[in-house]
Formats: sequence, structure tokens, C-alpha cells
Amino acid sequence: MRKDEQETDTGFVLTRRHALECMVWAGTGVLWTVSGGIPKSLGLLDAARAAEAAQGAMTFLQISDSHIGFDKEASVTAVDTLTEAIDRVKALPVKPAFMIHTGDITHLSKAGEFDDAARIIGSTGLEVFYVPGEHDLIDPEQGKAYLDRYGKGTHGAGWHSFDRDGVHFIGLVNVFDLKAGGLGNLGAEQLAWLKSDLDGRPASTPIVVFAHIPLWSIYPQWGWGTEDAAQALTLLRRFGSVTVLNGHIHQIMQKVEGNMVFHTARSTAFPQPQPGRADKPGPMIVPADQLRSMLGLTSVDFTVGEERLAITDTTLA
Amino acid sequence: MNKQPSKIIPGMLQKALRMGLGTTLIALLALPIAPAGATETQVTISNFTFKPQALTISRGDTVRFVNSDDMVHTIVAGDGSFRSGALDTDDSFVWTFSQPGTIAYFCGLHPFMKGSIVVK
Repeated sequence: MRKDEQETDTGFVLTRRHALECMVWAGTGVLWTVSGGIPKSLGLLDAARAAEAAQGAMTFLQISDSHIGFDKEASVTAVDTLTEAIDRVKALPVKPAFMIHTGDITHLSKAGEFDDAARIIGSTGLEVFYVPGEHDLIDPEQGKAYLDRYGKGTHGAGWHSFDRDGVHFIGLVNVFDLKAGGLGNLGAEQLAWLKSDLDGRPASTPIVVFAHIPLWSIYPQWGWGTEDAAQALTLLRRFGSVTVLNGHIHQIMQKVEGNMVFHTARSTAFPQPQPGRADKPGPMIVPADQLRSMLGLTSVDFTVGEERLAITDTTLA
Repeated sequence: MNKQPSKIIPGMLQKALRMGLGTTLIALLALPIAPAGATETQVTISNFTFKPQALTISRGDTVRFVNSDDMVHTIVAGDGSFRSGALDTDDSFVWTFSQPGTIAYFCGLHPFMKGSIVVK
């Protein structure tokens, strides 16, 4: 094998260039290949290899859509399932550097819901970076409850950026003041901020973007996409490694496009149907013994100097 | 457009008087009064759909939006003239339409949900 080739555990030889198109998802996760933009699972890696892959890497964890306050028949209480997810985090053999929450912390933006979420998530002792979901902005003042808690050091409706281990993280808000018939929306002010945030950064800086609604068009009929995402992605195109992490759709979807990897996380509260597989995107009612296999969290490992990153999704089952 | 929440009832005016809230009273009296015979019509939210999706009412009529989904919704006027709070299951939002015209509205959480009201 040439130096820039690597062998996957199914025996395929990938060049470094191909690795960008055919990502290897490590962890307990899945080996993915991409055909026509659709990721296809090739096989599972075992836990031992996952632990090995994680060694020496910076790991952070994504949780999403905890919907504290949701207490309907499609779910046991969202407090219970978030607590279970957080217990998984506490039990991880390698402590993540920090967590990100990709929105819908609460169901109804009530103070008590924010308080419960903060208490449960805070029990990890980890630093947590948030972006809001649309359910976090339905207090009477449309977002004051969220910004009072998580707005410090952010701009506008709560967007912000930070750096960890050479990786530049950008939290975007695409759920503010949604318009009739529309998708998620970033808006001119946020796009201008993003441009200035990226200006002057070397193209070799790995970028992680996180936002609630997917930044790629998954199913516009249900609002699963972001109206002006293309403008944001154009600003990000020159970077060698861009990872986009979203929530909102309560199921895992992945796409690789050039240097960009898109990934949506499961909810910790309740599953939603696959696009177009149901009449409407409401909470999916599943048998109690199957529910936890449809909820979960996502961890991401970065090894500095490698373009490959590992995204691992873990269920609560 | 001038509109008034239907929750303003005569009892509140009397209470305001008793409490000496003169300024409030004047402000309330300045709002248009619904014509006699005004009715209340219900729009039900069911399976992420407003039913009926299109509704014709008379000036001064009231619409009660009732959420019968197990998901929270909100009611937002396209022209920004009203916006409900979070409507959880069985919650409702009431609005009185005092001016003729067509009002488009949508759900602020699921903007693909749209409806319209024609006020004659």
C-alpha cells in the first residue's frame, strides 16, 4: 500500500483523497460509504477498536432534542430518558472534553423545564455549549428565557464560536422568527457575522458547525432544511474539513459532500418518523421495549493532524 | 388592523374602575366594540393541520384555535398582528377579528402548517 492509502476492516483500500468521500465511522459505529450522496452502512466495528480509535483523540459529545416537559404517550417522561442518556455520559471510559446541545432543550420554554435540563445535564460536571431549538424560544418574550440562561457571550439570537484543540466550533441559530411555509433561517445579520468569524482563518482549520435544524435539505415538506444554508456553506467551502452537526429530526442521517460531513443526532426524548414515511412529523408512538433503541447521543473524536474523524452514535437501549 | 383579545370582558372594566385604573379604562374604551350578534368559530389543530384551513367570518367574530395534537403548536399572523403563546395539547387561543380583510396565519414551530381567515 502507498503511504497515503489505508485499509478498512472490510479490506477496501482507500486513498487519502477517497477518504473524504468514503468516510470511516469508527467507534461502536458503522463503516459508511457514499454512493450518490447517500451513506451506506458496510459493517460494524467492535467496541475494542472503538476504544483504540478514541485514544489520543479529543472527544466531545453531542446531545439533542431533550424536550424536557414533553410527557405524552409516545414517550416515557423526557426527564427520565435525558437522565438515562446523561448516566451513559457519566459512565464513559474516556471523559469527553465538553458537550454540545443542538437545541430543543425544553418542550415549552418554561422556566421549570430549563431548570430540570440544567440540573440533569449539569450533573456531568462537563462544560456545555448550546444552540436553541424552536421549542426553546416560545416563552412570551420569544427567547428571553433561553438567552437569560445561555446567551452570555453570544450574538443576536444566541450564535457564537469557540476553539478547542485547534478545532473551530461555530454554533448557529436557525430557529428564530420562522416564516410561514418556510424552513429554518439564519438571516443576513448572522451570515455577516459568520463571514467575519471565518475571515482570515487558515483553510486547514478543522471546522465544526452545530445548529438545531439541519443545514442540508432533508425534507422541505416538513421544514427539515434551512432556507439560506447555501450561503453559510459557501463561506465554509474553502476549509479542508467541515463537520455539520444538527438535531431537530430525531433520527440519524448522514451525508458527505466534498470536504463537508453532515450528521443529525437522535433525540433523547422521542423518535420521529422517517421523511415521507408518515403523514406528518409528529412524535412516533413505538412499543415501550423499542423506544430506547430509537433514542440516544452522539460522540465525536478528533485526532489532530488527521482529516478523519469518528462519529459514534449510542442508543439508550 | 385594530383587534382586541376577546378576554376583555365587562367584568374586567368594572374591576378596573373600582381599582381606579382610569388610564386603562380609557384605553379599553378606545378599542372597537364588536357588533351585536358576533359569533365564535372553532379552528381545530389536528395532525399538524388547521381544520378548517380556510374560514370566512364576519367582522367582530371570534375564532378559538384549539390544539388537539400531542405536539405543541403556536398561532402566528402572517402580518404580525397576533401571536399566541405555546399551545400544548387541549390549550386554546382566542382572537377577535374587528377589521375586514384576509388574514394568513401559520404555526410558529411548524411553519408548513398554514391557514387563512377571511373577515367580511
